[in-house]
Order: sequence, then C-alpha cells, then structure tokens
Amino acid sequence: TTIQEFAVPVGEEPSGFLKSCNTEGGARFELHHGTTTLAFKFKHGVIVAVDSRASAGNYISTGEYNKVIEINPYLLGTMSGSAADCKYWERLLAKECRLYRLRNNHRISVAAASKLLCNMMLGYRGMGLSVGSMICGWDKEGPGVYYVDDNGTRLSGRMFSTGSGNSYAYGVLDSGYKEDMTVEEAYELGRRGIAHATHRDSYSGGVVNLYHIKEDGWIKVCKDDVSELIHHYKKGMF
Amino acid sequence: MEYLIGIQGPDFVLVAADNVAASSIIQMKHDYDKMFKLSEKILLLCVGEAGDTVQFAEYIQKNVQLYKMRNGYELSPAAAANFTRKNLADYLRSRTPYHVNLLLAGYDDADGPGLFYMDYLSSLAKAPFAAHGYGAFLTLSILDRYYKPDLTREEATDLLRKCIEELNKRFILNLPSFNVRLIDKDGIHDMEKLTVGAK
Repeated sequence: TTIQEFAVPVGEEPSGFLKSCNTEGGARFELHHGTTTLAFKFKHGVIVAVDSRASAGNYISTGEYNKVIEINPYLLGTMSGSAADCKYWERLLAKECRLYRLRNNHRISVAAASKLLCNMMLGYRGMGLSVGSMICGWDKEGPGVYYVDDNGTRLSGRMFSTGSGNSYAYGVLDSGYKEDMTVEEAYELGRRGIAHATHRDSYSGGVVNLYHIKEDGWIKVCKDDVSELIHHYKKGMF
Repeated sequence: MEYLIGIQGPDFVLVAADNVAASSIIQMKHDYDKMFKLSEKILLLCVGEAGDTVQFAEYIQKNVQLYKMRNGYELSPAAAANFTRKNLADYLRSRTPYHVNLLLAGYDDADGPGLFYMDYLSSLAKAPFAAHGYGAFLTLSILDRYYKPDLTREEATDLLRKCIEELNKRFILNLPSFNVRLIDKDGIHDMEKLTVGAK
C-alpha cells in the first residue's frame, strides 16, 4: 500500500506555524495585492519592471516568483493581487490571443487584448477575484500600456504602478521621468522604482525583473537583487 | 471625489466633468474622459464604482446605436434617458446592481435642449442644472443663485467657471482639470479644458 505524502517545510507542525502567520486563524490566507509592479512608455518603447516576492499574509511563500506573463513575443502581462487568479486568467488571455491570431491572421492589438481580460473580470464581478494587471505591448498604434483590474477598470496611459508598493514607485517614477530618456536611463528608472518601493513596502522584495518592449518584441533586460541594488544606491554608486 | 455638472440654456446644454481616475489615494490618470457619446446630439456623463461606470455606459451607448441601426432614426434624449433609467432600475434589485450616477445631456430637434439627472437608485429628473459628487454640495447653491433660463453661452461658461473656482477654493481634493462640452442644434462641440488657474 502506498501512503500519500505531502512535501512540507522543514520544521514541526506547518499548519500551526502558518496559523500564527495569519491574522484571522484558519486556513484562509489574506491577499493584499502584496507586490510592486510598474510599466511606462517612453520614446524607445515600454519598460516593464516587477518585484518577485509572493506573500501569504505575513509569510513569504517565495522570494523568486516571476510576476510577468509572457503572453507572446510582443505582449506582456504583469501580476499583482492573487497569484493564482493572475496566473490563471492571464494564461487564459494568452490562449485567446493565440486563437485571435489564428482566426484573423493578424496579431491582436494591445487594446483588444486588455479588453478581453477586462471582460473576463467583469464576468466574475463581485465574486472575489483579485487581479491588478498591466497589459503592455507594441502594436500598429505603437507602444501601449493598459491597466486592468478585478473591478473591471481598464485604463490606457503612459505610466502605471500597481500593488501595495505602488505609491512608493510612483514617487520615484514621477520625479525621475523624462520623455526623451535614453534606453539606459529608462532601465535605471524602472529598476529604481521597484528597488525603492521594496525598501519601504514589506510585502515587496526579492529581485527586479526588468523587460523592454520594442517595435519588434520584448527582451528581458536583467534580474537584479533589490538588497544589492539598495546597498549600491546607499553607497552613492550609480 | 468625482464631479459632474450640467447647465441647460434656451438652445444648448453645457456639461463638464473632472479628469481624474483614482484608485484609493492614487491618481491613476489625469486626463480621463467621463463623457460617453450616445449619438450625434446626446452625451452621457457617468461616475460611480470602478468598472460599473464604463460597463454600464458602454452598454447604453451600444444599445442606443443599435436602435438607430434597426429603426433608421435616433432615440430622442428623453427616450434615451428613460431607457437608461429602466436598465438601472431592472438591475437595482438583482444580484449585480450598478452603482453609477449619471447626467444625460442632449438636443432634440423637436423639443430643444434637455438635461436629465439620474442616480444609482434609478431616480430620473429633468432639470435646468444639475451636479453629482461631493463638489455638488459646494456648487448647487451657486447655480441656484446665478442661473437664469435664458442665459447665453458666455454666461453659462462664466457660471461653470464660478463653480470650478469654488471647488478649487474650498474642496479638499485636488481636481486640476475638467473636460467641457456644449451640445446644440449643430451637435456636440468640444470646448477648452478648464484647468486650475483659469480666470
């Protein structure tokens, strides 16, 4: 006879330990959009930067979670809120985008892709989905950034930041943004936005995953540990 | 947080809405347009719960356009207002009510200009002037004081400017700019955005 075994964290009673991390008690974890993500348009495309901490209440479930969904080579989606909801619905969005391409013989626009996700959210209005996402890409209209969330809000804009650390990121982004930034300056601005937000927000941290969306698709620029970045900034380097 | 205002004249309706799209304490957009064009001479201004506003307004917008396609002529502003109110009322006691506050402004070739006030409880009232939002507490009395039924377009714009100056002076929240549009027998006209410091 085989006995089912679950892999559990090293220690004694994981359920008891996890209960203590939870303000309510019981098996339900609280989800507070514990993240910082940002995206902005500039002269040379779109910069997308996210942190990598996944938290469940006050417990850090993983420090290296990729919060960017690569929908296709020219479309990216960011995730904040419930990891499960974001991962599932954005993967479903990727499927719909692929079907669109096959049926219509041209790529889906960023506006249409974001509207598809928005309508999925509206179908489950009031049922407790938790999704805060930016759909970013480059299509016939040029670079596009759309913010979509579980309320069904869909906003097109030049710069957005989502998650519990968004206010800190806005502070750094708004004061450092210039329309005619060079590519390197834009990378540094995105990196700085996430790093400073993770410094102040306890629910954000880990590494900065940085992407650059250009006319011919996105590239992954870097993956920098935030504690090292903060260390360098404090030392006066960069 | 959000503010809508409408002023009806003898042959026009002037409407304005703020440009802020907010989420908690953050302004996510500074140039957000809260007006939906239902037809060549009807505008729907919509504020309320996130998601509900665009969803409901686009639903009304598409249905008004569908009516024109099916029947060959457009819904009048009064008919569109009553259609909107009926939809709000039908959803009010359902599992998913729409929490939206609306102003519908239009010009009917037969009846002239009309401004209709609707709220999330699906009340409907035709009014010479109206406002939604916390800003209404500060500006309705200004409209009461200075409005006259035969005001000119310049007088209406001055009255609107007075209201916005009051908001900038006394309202605790910063609403830096407003979209302004005017509807008359020639259709919908975009007017100059009113921003902080407008005199």
